[in-house]
This record gives sequence, C-alpha cells and structure tokens, in this order.
Amino acid sequence: MRHAGGPFRIFVALFAAVIPLSIGALIAFLFYNAWPAIHFNGWRFLTESSWNLGNQYGDAVTVRGAEVMPGASFGILFLIVGTLASSLIALLLAVPIGLGAAVFLAEAVPARLRQPASMLVELLASVPSVVFGLWGYVVLIPFASKHVYPVLAKVLGFIPFFAPPTRDGYGLLTASIVLALMVVPLITANMREAIMTTPRALREAGLATGATRFEVMRHIVLPRLRLPLVGVSTLALGRALGETMAVLMVSGNAINILPHRIYSSISTMAAFMVSQLDSALQDPSGMAVNSITEIGLILLLISMLVNGVARLLVSRISTL
Amino acid sequence: MSTSTPAIAMPQERRTDAALYRRRRLVNLLGWTLFGLFFALLAFALLDIVGTVLERGWPALSLELFTQSTNGVSGGLLNAITGTFALTAGSLILAAPVGVFAGIYVSEYRSSPFARLIRYLSDVMVGVPSIVFGLFGYITMVTWLGWQFSMLAGCITLALMIIPYILRTTELALHGVAPELREAAYALGAGHATVVMKVILRSCFSRVLTGILLAMAISMGETAPLIYTVNWSNYVWDGHMTREPVGYLTYVIWSFINEPFDSAHALAYAAALLITVFVLVITMFARLSLSKLSSNQAH
Repeated sequence: MRHAGGPFRIFVALFAAVIPLSIGALIAFLFYNAWPAIHFNGWRFLTESSWNLGNQYGDAVTVRGAEVMPGASFGILFLIVGTLASSLIALLLAVPIGLGAAVFLAEAVPARLRQPASMLVELLASVPSVVFGLWGYVVLIPFASKHVYPVLAKVLGFIPFFAPPTRDGYGLLTASIVLALMVVPLITANMREAIMTTPRALREAGLATGATRFEVMRHIVLPRLRLPLVGVSTLALGRALGETMAVLMVSGNAINILPHRIYSSISTMAAFMVSQLDSALQDPSGMAVNSITEIGLILLLISMLVNGVARLLVSRISTL
Repeated sequence: MSTSTPAIAMPQERRTDAALYRRRRLVNLLGWTLFGLFFALLAFALLDIVGTVLERGWPALSLELFTQSTNGVSGGLLNAITGTFALTAGSLILAAPVGVFAGIYVSEYRSSPFARLIRYLSDVMVGVPSIVFGLFGYITMVTWLGWQFSMLAGCITLALMIIPYILRTTELALHGVAPELREAAYALGAGHATVVMKVILRSCFSRVLTGILLAMAISMGETAPLIYTVNWSNYVWDGHMTREPVGYLTYVIWSFINEPFDSAHALAYAAALLITVFVLVITMFARLSLSKLSSNQAH
C-alpha cells in the first residue's frame, strides 16, 4: 500500500525533484560562467598567489585567447591556504572542546538542568554569522590582541609559527577561534546524543570493575563513538570551509600573501568572494567575475565532497 | 580466603596500589573539571555575544529607528527592518510548500531509490556555503535574467538555501506519526492522498510548523547571499519584485561597523540587537516546542 503510485505520488515527487534540479543547476551555471576563467587561468589558478585585475583603465588585450585587461592574472593559492588553515585550526580547537562539553552535558549535568544547559551551547549555532563577526570585531580582537596573543607568543615563541610579532589581532588565529565557536555546537549536540544512547549495561559493567567514571568514559564509552566523531567533525569542517561573514570581518583580508605566523592576516575563498565583488564588477573584460565564479565552483565542489563523505560516514546527523 | 592475594601479601605493593588509586582519583577529578571548563567556556561565549549585543544595542534603540529610513550612515532602520521581514516572508512562501511536499515524498516513499537519493542530496545541499547560493543567484537571476539586484532574486536564493532544512524536519515529523493512525485511516476506506494530507500531516502539523520556524530564523540571519542578490537600499522597499535593491538588517551590521562615525556604529549595534533577538527567540521557541511535542508523543 505504501508504494501505491498514482497522482499524489507524482505530485509530491515533482516538489522533491527541486533538490536534484537545484544542485544540477548550481553546478551547471557555475561551471558555464567559470569556463572562460578556467580556460584563461589554467592550473596557475591553484598554484600561484597572484590576484590582480590588471590595469582597469587600459585597453583590453588578448592573452591565451581571452580578452583581459593588461596585466590581469588570477591565482588563488593564498585563499586555498587561508581557507584550509583556518578551518583545520578551528577543528583542532572545536573537536576536543566540543567533545568535552558533550561528555559534561551527558554525564555530569543533572537531568533536570540538561536541556537548558545544552541549549546554551546549541544556541551558538543559531547566532547569525554576521553577529559572530561583530563580536569578533568589537570584543575578541581587542581582548585577544592585548591579553592573549602576547602571552601565547611568549610561551610558544620558540616555535616559529607562534613567534612574535602578534600584530593587531586580525588574522588566522582569530578567524579560527570564531570558526571554532560557530561549528562547535554541531559536535557537542551530536556527541551528547551519541553518548546518551550508549547502553547502560556497558557503563555499569565498567563501573563494576572498579573503574572511575572518567575511565569508563575514556575506555568504554568514547572508543565506541569514534566513527560518529569523525563524521560530525567532517561535517563541521565542511561548515567552517564555507563560512563567510564572520571570517570576512576578523581575518584581516590579506591578498596574495601566504600566512607565515598564526597571527598573520589571511583571507578565505568565501570571504574573498564578498570582499572582491565590488571591484570585480568594475572589470570591463568580465574576467574578474568569471574568476570569482571559478572560486565559487571550487568551493561548491569541495563542500559537496566533504559533506557527501560526512553523510556516508554517519547517516543520521542533526544539523541544528 | 586464600592467603596468596598479592595485595595483602606484599606491603610494598600495597603502598603503590594506594598511590595508583590516588592518581586515578586525581585524573578522574581533573578530567571532569576540564570537561566542565570546556562547557563553561562555550556557555560564556554565547552569553558574552548576547550580552555585548544587548549592552551596545540597547542605548541605540529609539523610536526613530522604527519610523525613519537610513540616510547615509545615520537615520533609522525602517527600510532594513521592513526589508528583512519581506525577504524572510517571501523566501518562506516559496520554500515552505516545496520543502513540506518534498519531505512528504521522502518520508512516504522512503524505501524507493529516488527518495533515498533525494534525502542524501538534500543533506549534501545543507552543507553548500550560503555565499555559493548568492553567487548562483547573481549569475542566473541578477544578470542572466536581467532582474538586477532585487527582492525576487533574494527570496528565491534564500528559499533554495532553506528548502533542505524544511524537507528534513517535515520528514522527521511524519516519521514520528504512529502507524496505527495510518492503518485506521486506510481501514475507513480513505485514499492515499487523503490519508497523508488529512490524517498524517494534520496530526504532526505543529512539528512541521516548528521546522518552518527554524528555517525562518536561518533565513533572517543570512547576509552573504543577499549581498550578491539584493545589495542594499536606503529606501523602504516599494513593492517592485525586480530591478529594485532592498535594505536588510544584517547588511547594516557588516557595512556600518566599519564606518568611522558613531551614528553608523549605533545603527550597526541596533541592527545586531534586533536580528539577534529575533533569531534567538524564534529558535528557542521552536526548540522548546519541539521537545515538548516529542515528550507528549512519548506518553
């Protein structure tokens, strides 16, 4: 009976078809519009840090079969590095903190307080990206650049990546901290659920051997949750890679420079797409917009790949 | 009792046992303290964000905020407030039917390969960065179709973003309906469409609505896709669906905080206060009613 066909099934299937059609259209339109840039930029797009719209007041010249402004070149290696570095550092912070908070919420908080306490963490996921950016701009950057980064540079300064100068606070580490706060609820919420669904008998067996509650958690409960943890972390990575507004407001928006320290200014693919939109629209040859579209296409493919893998690893994830 | 129990037989080993026990207790204590600190850190971050926005936004609230439009970097936020509500309403009108019917499909025919594919692709689509949707809206609607920066381009872009969320919550809502209800309806001779629309959907309609509320909060807080499709306007939206940029609150936060004027900062903080309160209140209300609904269902 459930598989009965008929007009109702066709009716709802038509609405469902919006999903694959949208994804198809996303890929097709982005690819079509990025094609002149893909052709013009070649592999240099990924291997050089050379974003330059060229002389906007000159006459267009023909380079490699494309009309571009004199001196124009588009290499986004610095964006790829900035995107990967900020997202990975964000995960390094978010995974232990998110997992620890999940264990605390599942095991140490009394059942009566668990819902409001979990809500405090999970509401972080609902704060709009631009509000995170504002908070980073007016609270985190002044505080961290004055009180945290100098200490960090003093303590870990023997590692070149952490050595001073700590600069003004806009940069890789600040962007990573904000990103970590934005993706951490995903990890906490899903891991708390997973911990709470661990069979009671297993814990009781552990406690009966004389293990402490911490040992039961470390040696019995958490090892069973490795796969879900990898899955939600991958999902969190996907989200961090595409974050735009918050990163735009705290990253320092570096252009054509690779970060040499954890305090260096960076930019990410998503943030760059917003910060460069206005100037790209001025480009009479249109190649700047095509190249921004190429960034968008790469970001789309990366995020689909990361999310596709995450969903295969764990089927039922709450996305908040 | 056997006398060969090592702990009793060797006094020295007994001492190390006690030391080990103390160490294990200490690790236990330190471990839970650390987990507690992690939780406290995250809770503090949320409270600090909300506190900052309230503290700085509150003094910036005034009557003229709601009666005047933005004028350069001063004035009020009437254009942005109405714009945000119009964009949110428009995106929900487009996304809600699509998301709900698609969710019905995925739930009702969940074992068919097409439904499984849709569910998977929908999950993948949730992960597509919002800026990519904005770029898509820009190259299709703003330039190719010639709508320019406009209400319609923004609404459709936001709708595409939130459809997967509505699909998912609808699917879960339908999934939770007791099978007896369906059997009873079929037993009365109702057809499939009647059973789904009049019995099953109706019995879980409040859960479906909560999902739409959550999608509404997401849509309200978005910025990046709107910069590419709606841009910004100092005037209250005049009702044109195309060829007319629109103002919205999140833009004010991003753009005005970088201006060197106090009046601009005040507007940015006021906009942040409004959007944060809207989004968090809607989300909290939706989540609380969801958990209430599921505990009702369990009894």
